[in-house]
Amino acid sequence: MIQFLGRRLLYSIVVLLLASIVAFVGTRIAFDPTARLAQVRDKQVRERERERLGLDKPIAVQYAKWVGDFAQGDMGTSEVTRQPVATMLGSGLGYTMQLMLWAVILSIIAAIAIGVYSAVRQYSAGDYIFTTISFIGISIPPFWFAFIAIQFFVFQLMAWLNLSRPIFYFVGLHSTGASGFNIDYLQHLFLPVLVLTVQNIAGWSRYQRASMLDTLNSDYIRTARAKGVPRRQVITRHALRNALIPVVTVMALDIGLLFGGLVITEQIFSIPGMGRIFVQAITNGDAAVLTSWTVVAAFFVLLFNLIADLAYGWLDPRVRVA
Amino acid sequence: MPIGAELGIGGIDGHKPRSQWQLFRSRFLKHRLAVFSLILLILLIFACFAANLVAPFPANQQDLVIGAVGPNAHHWFGTDELGRDMLSEILYAGRTSLRIGLTVAFLSTLLGTLVGAVSGYFGKWADQGLMRLTDLFLVIPQLVVLAIAIQGFGSTQVVIALSLAALFWMGEARVVRGQVLALREREFVEAARSIGASPMRVVFRHIIPNCLGPILVGATLAVAGAILTESALSYLGFGVQLPATSWGNLLSSARGYVGTPQAYLIYFPGMMILITVLAVNFLGDGLRDALDPHGSNG
Repeated sequence: MIQFLGRRLLYSIVVLLLASIVAFVGTRIAFDPTARLAQVRDKQVRERERERLGLDKPIAVQYAKWVGDFAQGDMGTSEVTRQPVATMLGSGLGYTMQLMLWAVILSIIAAIAIGVYSAVRQYSAGDYIFTTISFIGISIPPFWFAFIAIQFFVFQLMAWLNLSRPIFYFVGLHSTGASGFNIDYLQHLFLPVLVLTVQNIAGWSRYQRASMLDTLNSDYIRTARAKGVPRRQVITRHALRNALIPVVTVMALDIGLLFGGLVITEQIFSIPGMGRIFVQAITNGDAAVLTSWTVVAAFFVLLFNLIADLAYGWLDPRVRVA
Repeated sequence: MPIGAELGIGGIDGHKPRSQWQLFRSRFLKHRLAVFSLILLILLIFACFAANLVAPFPANQQDLVIGAVGPNAHHWFGTDELGRDMLSEILYAGRTSLRIGLTVAFLSTLLGTLVGAVSGYFGKWADQGLMRLTDLFLVIPQLVVLAIAIQGFGSTQVVIALSLAALFWMGEARVVRGQVLALREREFVEAARSIGASPMRVVFRHIIPNCLGPILVGATLAVAGAILTESALSYLGFGVQLPATSWGNLLSSARGYVGTPQAYLIYFPGMMILITVLAVNFLGDGLRDALDPHGSNG
């Protein structure tokens, strides 16, 4: 197992390095940080700026310097906001992780419960209802669902209940001046978490159902039932543990992608997380932020790939031996 | 003539054995939802591409006197702030969305199948290199690549379709590779190789036709993914640019109407995306069941 993990770790580092090269070269091609100086009459101004930023050196030299700084935690300074990129991404990650934490916890519980129910009661009315809802959840454009949720939970609810202030808010995670974990926070958190949760539950509960059905139809389950183990115990102890193996892998991979994938949700709900930083960087042509952002996002994908491997080994002892 | 008939091999109990196509058709027709989805999709594609014949109003025809009115007998989906009939606008916009969806599915399936087949059949260095490339594409956040490509090359429909296709082939490549790895060792492939068939012939005539099931299912997933991603890009401002319209940018330009009496301008374009993607997903589900060789002989 340790040897296997060591190999995976080494491999992840190689992929991360490759991803950083792609990100670095890509942003260098797409964005010129000195473009804003193109209209300056004195041509030397742009030349001097290029020199100051080190853009006159070969791209390999630039990359080597960037990677060296990055490894020491120095991601450079944004040419647009004049802030250190590390500070910007750190604050962004804080917001993104708050959203993810709640969304992921709720999704995991709901998806496993729905998946197990649908598998145990296959073809029941409940199974059909959950299946239909999952298909809709997978097919719905996330930002459209967010619009509908805002329309309904903010505006319609206000109109129906004759309220002067909405029950749920859709801008930021706190009202101006407020902070901490309180009712205000929950009122802000509800809608973005709802949007994220619906997407995750839809996909994950399908996996859980398929995997649970596979397990329930296997011989050892029939044996357990035949020797008189109570049904409930067979489902939770024998079947669920094995059925979780593939699901946990899929969940870990999806969670890794979420660090870079909250773009739409954060944009709609004006939450200054990683997604919003990315959109602003793209619109402002902020190359320094974009490069580091991509590497950080890729890092989390790879990290959760490793976690998926670990979880696999933990749930399935056979892997540990191999 | 059924396979084997010329050799006098009949089916069990003297019944004619059914061809693969007949088996597939009978299994597919049993999946009611998939059949319904297929019909719906064909109607939708027809309605959009023949919009100049079907749509109640010409494209982009304004009626500033009426302005934005809700759904009524004359304008089923209502009109926007310039008095344009939403039903007609949605049908015209559907051309772009469907064209992008179908193009991306075609290109990414082609690329994915090719990468997967080469990687699985030739193994060794080809496999190592191609699979590392696949991993790399999976790790880099998709929106980054899309946004940078579109920012760099301009957001024309060709650039959008090509960059989406460049991001949707990885799943297909992995699936096809797995299939090819399994099929490569089968007797019929060995037989083909032993009579001197070239690697090209073995791959394209013997192996790929046998992975058609997963390939088709992957293609439907790509159609759905492309339509959804294009709409997300439109929301961020990197999608199809006006004056060209797509469902995504109709929806995105109506975003200001959340919470106003004109909220219906948001409902309908989103509904079209939902219905299309839902139908494509059901179709994929039906195909998966029908093409599964382990399924019942229905």
